[in-house]
Amino acid sequence: MPLIKGGQFVEDPFFFVPDGKAFPEEKGTIVTLARFQGEKENLFAHHTPVGVRLASNENPQVLKADLPRLAVIVLEFPKFRDGRAFSWARMLRTRFDYKGEIRATGDFLFDQIAFMARTGFDAWEVRQDFTLDEFQRAMTEISHPYQPAADGKKTIRELRASTSSGT
Amino acid sequence: MAAPVPQMLTANRLRDGDVLYWKSGAWVESLKDGEIFHEAAPANAALTAAQAYVGDNVVVNPYLFDVRMDASGIHPVKEREIIRAAGPSVRDDLGKQATDPSVRPVPRPVPRAAQPKDDDVSI
Amino acid sequence: MYRYDEFDARFVAERVEQFRGQVARRLSGELNEDQFKPLRLMNGLYLQLHAYMLRIAVPYGTLSAKQLRMLAHIARKYDKGYGHFTTRQNIQFNWPKLVDVPDILADLATVEMHAIQTSGNCIRNVTADHFAGAAADEIEDPRPIAEIIRQWSSLHPEFSFLPRKFKIAVGGSPNDRAALKFHDMALEIVKNDAGETGYRVYVGGGMGRTPYIGYVVGDFVAKPDILAFLESVMRVYNEQGRRDNLYKSRIKILANALGPDEMRRQTMVEFEEIKKAGTLQVPREELHRIDAYFAPPEFEPLPDEMPASDVDFENWLKTNVAKHRAPGYAIATISLKPIGGVPGDATHEQLDALADLMDRFGMSEIRVSHEQNLVLPHVKKRDLPAIFARLKELGLATPNAGLITDIIACPGLDYCDLANARSIPIAQKISERFADLDRQHHIGELKIKISGCINACGHHHAGHIGILGVDKKGVEFYQLQLGGSGAEDASIGEIMGPGFGQDDIADAVERVIGCYLELRKDGERFLDTYRRVGMTPFKNVAYGQDLHAAY
Repeated sequence: MPLIKGGQFVEDPFFFVPDGKAFPEEKGTIVTLARFQGEKENLFAHHTPVGVRLASNENPQVLKADLPRLAVIVLEFPKFRDGRAFSWARMLRTRFDYKGEIRATGDFLFDQIAFMARTGFDAWEVRQDFTLDEFQRAMTEISHPYQPAADGKKTIRELRASTSSGT
Repeated sequence: MAAPVPQMLTANRLRDGDVLYWKSGAWVESLKDGEIFHEAAPANAALTAAQAYVGDNVVVNPYLFDVRMDASGIHPVKEREIIRAAGPSVRDDLGKQATDPSVRPVPRPVPRAAQPKDDDVSI
Repeated sequence: MYRYDEFDARFVAERVEQFRGQVARRLSGELNEDQFKPLRLMNGLYLQLHAYMLRIAVPYGTLSAKQLRMLAHIARKYDKGYGHFTTRQNIQFNWPKLVDVPDILADLATVEMHAIQTSGNCIRNVTADHFAGAAADEIEDPRPIAEIIRQWSSLHPEFSFLPRKFKIAVGGSPNDRAALKFHDMALEIVKNDAGETGYRVYVGGGMGRTPYIGYVVGDFVAKPDILAFLESVMRVYNEQGRRDNLYKSRIKILANALGPDEMRRQTMVEFEEIKKAGTLQVPREELHRIDAYFAPPEFEPLPDEMPASDVDFENWLKTNVAKHRAPGYAIATISLKPIGGVPGDATHEQLDALADLMDRFGMSEIRVSHEQNLVLPHVKKRDLPAIFARLKELGLATPNAGLITDIIACPGLDYCDLANARSIPIAQKISERFADLDRQHHIGELKIKISGCINACGHHHAGHIGILGVDKKGVEFYQLQLGGSGAEDASIGEIMGPGFGQDDIADAVERVIGCYLELRKDGERFLDTYRRVGMTPFKNVAYGQDLHAAY
């Protein structure tokens, strides 16, 4: 699937290895949580960089101790209505100060991309015909947010304070 | 063997939400102009054909519903469809009934003894 | 009231353009209905029986004259000349076209209104006491914090795809006029021992298939901490609320599954972290800045006498005029429940006339109550006769606030795609049956609330007499519930038993009323008598049996 990161289409340096399949020789590996928990040390020893793919009902706090060694966390949207991943991303970024890639995969809408960016996602697996124009549009439809989020973007309240103090 | 309940096919127009009825491969705005299916096979065939209009973003949510016939014409069986065909029962100046009073529902006399009773509180 | 600055205006304008884009993508097929539906719901647009329905947000039920005039304009230009006020203080239009909705939203934006998040699995309109800023019993006006919550919850990136809808209410008085305990989350303004005002936070109330009364999750949350606290509760809900079963997905289910201790514990874990990070603290300057928008108008020192007028005026005073905190002033309730009328509906002519009336006599403020009436919160007592006369001309002077004909009813099967039964005709039948004003006063305070399906938009669980319309084998039946209350003495009505047909329900209600009148002790409202004697005597008469011998 095409991958957007940093506002560009990029080559995916990872390979998702479904449960039961062998690991590839080259490329980084992303595995499910269950597989990660079962084969953690082997993965870190032989198949770095390593990433974990979480289902929407899997709370990332179980990965807390491993986060410094995980290059990417993939959060699934099984159905766009399932908004748990917004909280998981926020948790990774602000509670655990996770510095790696947080990637969105699954059934999400264009109209959710801005919310995802705000909650800490920085990479998106998108459909084949998705364009960068669409991505840019998604990210810029609403200029200023009311509330703080994981992206640290200035809120309307902060902007108000700075404009009034600037006069 | 009992005759199958006659049915019609309805949907809402995407652009304005208006109630539509299927007739011979297209849509009409008034129930009395719509096509009646007396057998399941043509009804289902029409429902399948209606999906093309969904795909073309003309209508949403086509479905079949039961109707009955009497001396005064065709009437939906369910209250919901009676109201969809005519308009709100509390405002005869709104909905399709405003421009075509013939779609206003004919009250159905049901003998009190024959009325179903609510015999439980499960919802 | 709050006034948009450039940031608010841009926010709403961008939202309109965003929705315009979404509508275009729907019409072109780039979005199918399944994908479009959550997007249009987050802009308050439903597809109902006959047409689309647009629900416009009226934050904490407060409207300006300019906004009222715009609503009248929208009713004329895009709809069929009327609007409907809801049990969450919003207004609904029943006949907009999808293709017109972006333009409707653009028109609304010019008067600082929108339809953002009036539907969908997100945080909905924040409601508040409709007497806010005026009531004599108020501790503090709940609207400033309601405005702060409104802004915080608008397009919240983490909480726009919740398990289900989320409704927040704020009350500023020990007399709960906002039905706090039936909300997903509610704030009650309270004072601590040091005399500081803060918030008692409730969680887990709700109507619907499984009604619950909310419990206290925060005994006293200080003002600067309130958004951090609310965000904590939202996070617990977003992470753990059930998504497997539509009927178990509200926070009331989670709150009761976890129980108060565990709910508080988990909330506090989040709260400690968020508070420490500091980004959600509400600075004192911000609290004061928002407070200033809601500063009370200049009240003149006026004599406190009520002017006399005719009998009709006196009758109207009895029920529709409430005590104001400023001497010489009053709060006037404008009834949208004419005998035999559609509860909560107003024509564009009425809306325009009310805009003039509020400019002339009402210090340009009007409120929508969750009981589907309108309120002029600041009127001079000496102007009441003139106000009443004008309301009478407009058909808005029915002297029935809080009486049996002041019925709350959802749109029901006459309009709503979700309904099983009609509710408006039942309200009309009961209203006509009890039209006699002397009789209404003899009965006293009686809140009848009618819902056309289990979603309970008519709040029937909180009715002194609640009526739920059901469909049994294609026939509409109406089940009675007795003893509900949405006030600070919150209770869920008890189901009486099998339902009544549409030709019998008014009779059943009449028998229940008759039983109350026989059994009541001095000063007891219907609700009080019911709480004292229980369901049995009412059930016996409702189904046509004799009154219990013991009484």
